[in-house]
Amino acid sequence: MEAAENRDEMLARVRGLCVRRGGRSIFDGVDLDIRRGQVTAIMGPSGTGKTTLLRVLGGQLRPQAGEVHVLGEAVPQLSRAELYALRRRMGVLFQSGALFTHLSVFENVAFPIREHARLPEPLVETLVLLKLEAVGLRGARDLMPAELSGGMARRVALARAIALDPALMMYDEPFAGQDPITMGVLIDLIRRLNDALGLTSVVVSHDVHETFAIADYVYVLADGAVIAEGTPAQLNASEAASVRQFVDARPDGPVPFHYPARSLADELTGGRGS
Amino acid sequence: MIGAIQGLGRRTLDGLRGLGEAVLLMLRILRAAPEVVRRPRLLIEQLYVVGVLSLVIILVSALFVGLVLGLQGYYTLVDFGAEDAVGTMVALTLVRELGPVVTALLFAGRAGSSLTAEVGLMKATEQLSSMEMMAVDPERRILAPRFFAALLAVPLLAAIFSAVGVFGGYLVSVGMIGIDAGAYWSNMQNAVTVQDDILNGAIKSVVFGFLAGWIALHKGYMATPTSSGVSRATTMGVVHTSLAVLGLDFLLTALMFG
Amino acid sequence: MSQRLVEIWVGLFVALGLAGFLVLALQVSGLAEIRQQPGYQVAASFDNIGGLRERAPVSMAGVRVGKVERIELNPESHQAEVILRIDQRYDRIPVDTSAAIYTSGLLGEQYVGLEAGWEDETLGSGDRITQTQSAVVLERLIGQFLTRMQD
Ligand SMILES: Nc1ncnc2c1ncn2[C@@H]1O[C@H](COP(=O)(O)OP(=O)(O)OP(=O)(O)O)[C@@H](O)[C@H]1O
Ligand SMILES: [Mg+2]
Repeated sequence: MEAAENRDEMLARVRGLCVRRGGRSIFDGVDLDIRRGQVTAIMGPSGTGKTTLLRVLGGQLRPQAGEVHVLGEAVPQLSRAELYALRRRMGVLFQSGALFTHLSVFENVAFPIREHARLPEPLVETLVLLKLEAVGLRGARDLMPAELSGGMARRVALARAIALDPALMMYDEPFAGQDPITMGVLIDLIRRLNDALGLTSVVVSHDVHETFAIADYVYVLADGAVIAEGTPAQLNASEAASVRQFVDARPDGPVPFHYPARSLADELTGGRGS
Repeated sequence: MIGAIQGLGRRTLDGLRGLGEAVLLMLRILRAAPEVVRRPRLLIEQLYVVGVLSLVIILVSALFVGLVLGLQGYYTLVDFGAEDAVGTMVALTLVRELGPVVTALLFAGRAGSSLTAEVGLMKATEQLSSMEMMAVDPERRILAPRFFAALLAVPLLAAIFSAVGVFGGYLVSVGMIGIDAGAYWSNMQNAVTVQDDILNGAIKSVVFGFLAGWIALHKGYMATPTSSGVSRATTMGVVHTSLAVLGLDFLLTALMFG
Repeated sequence: MSQRLVEIWVGLFVALGLAGFLVLALQVSGLAEIRQQPGYQVAASFDNIGGLRERAPVSMAGVRVGKVERIELNPESHQAEVILRIDQRYDRIPVDTSAAIYTSGLLGEQYVGLEAGWEDETLGSGDRITQTQSAVVLERLIGQFLTRMQD
């Protein structure tokens, strides 16, 4: 890479991250770098902790150990006020969308704008309509969240997340539940937002094809650790069995599909035999 | 045996931890007061939800409680030839006890439960989380206006309850039974004082408003983020508010009128 | 619902609540009475006032004419000094009127009853009713009854 390993290049830096939840270790020594201006993808099977990682980056979850630096701040050490100041420069698209159910589509997108900026109403309206236009839902401005499909709700949430033009945008499963056309539009949108607005993006996904299409750099997580990293081209060319299993979507391989458990035979006999 | 003792210990610790959590939450909500004052629109919206929407049940209940008090008061007092004192009895019962207490109980069922469910569902559907990530503190934006609305609405509702109840007592004892209207009012006015009765009743209702808002919001905010968790939190919110109101009412009565 | 309508409703609600407080203060506790009725003060001494309280009614022939304004113990005579406030419109009460403390009903409140005298001269502000009769204290009555029985 052309980048001199200068700190400014790293928008976020994670070192030795350890997270335990509900008595189970989810991360055990994860190192990650999010480079400024790039689209970084986090991939991995369901339940490996991709959403958890985003929560750690956003300061909603305090890790048990490890360093987390985002936009130059050590996230776990920030005070409440500093954390909120940092979050103004982040946008997050939640896996569930998490729209405010008592507000219309328009008001949902207007919410962060109204909260953080005292703007005249016509300007708010222009901003909101532009964001809705970007996700193709300007016509749905007066609908309530209950009247939207899952995919539409996700796109409204995306419009809301980019409403304040954040420096770091994090997308949790942006492609899930989208039809092929919308998927193409979303991939294009994430890329364009990233390049035109000079954002840095983190995309969490397990759709190999779509993710490889937009990512500059990919981390593959499994079993609480990074099992592979590199550009899409490097990963495609990789020979490692765990990477191949993931890239080629094979059910069998070193990456387990099951949540950790006793063996099936053991459980069915109720462990009585032993 | 050891297990039972350990269980008791754990419950006690959990209870204390919950209480500490609730106290810290309340301190943070109180610290958001200036922001609520700066954005009265949020408070007004919540006053509508917890206050205006509770009006009908408060008015109807107050009228019937007043009617029953008038009737029962008359039946009891007439045996002693003291039926003129029915106004006194109705007014003191309402102003000191039933006004604040029944209002708080009805409020917990009507408004408190909906606050818990709303906040709990916002948590379960990650609306609170996403608000946090938009750098909007849900404790200030969601909890604080709701708390202060409850704190204001309960005393107002209790005053309405007592006033309507006294009127209900009047309807029964003067309108139906035929006690002299002058006796109804003058006996009442001789016995009820602003500083002892009205003021203490108002203080009670402020305390109950504080409790109702606090418990309802805490239950919702700390609810397990699932549908069963939210429904459990809603039930527990009403139960705990009712118990707290009744228990504290005894304590306050002992302090104020003892 | 529009913001305007919400605001109107909340305004009505707050006004209704404040009106509730006003009704409680004025009509229920009788604050209004204190201010509005002009009247004059008359004093009376009783050996024993029983359970008479301030603000208790003063009536004549069953009609309410005023109320008890103040009750004090006279430090010399050890009698109860009761100041009555008679409504201004009842300004023709004879000077030789007598006052007694009665109970309304068996357990009801105690009040001061006035028995009109015959003089032409009438009571004015600061005058004193000289003929008084104390409250009937139930325990004392029973005590007297028992001692008589023993005789
Ligand atoms: N509140 C919680 N308490 C305890 N464990 C949790 C909690 N939330 C998540 N977990 C556990 O953390 C692990 C990682 O969860 P996470 O949501 O980060 O997975 P994910 O990689 O985002 O999966 P998916 O692709 O399905 O969204 C899961 O195994 C889950 O069991
Ligand atoms: Mg996830």
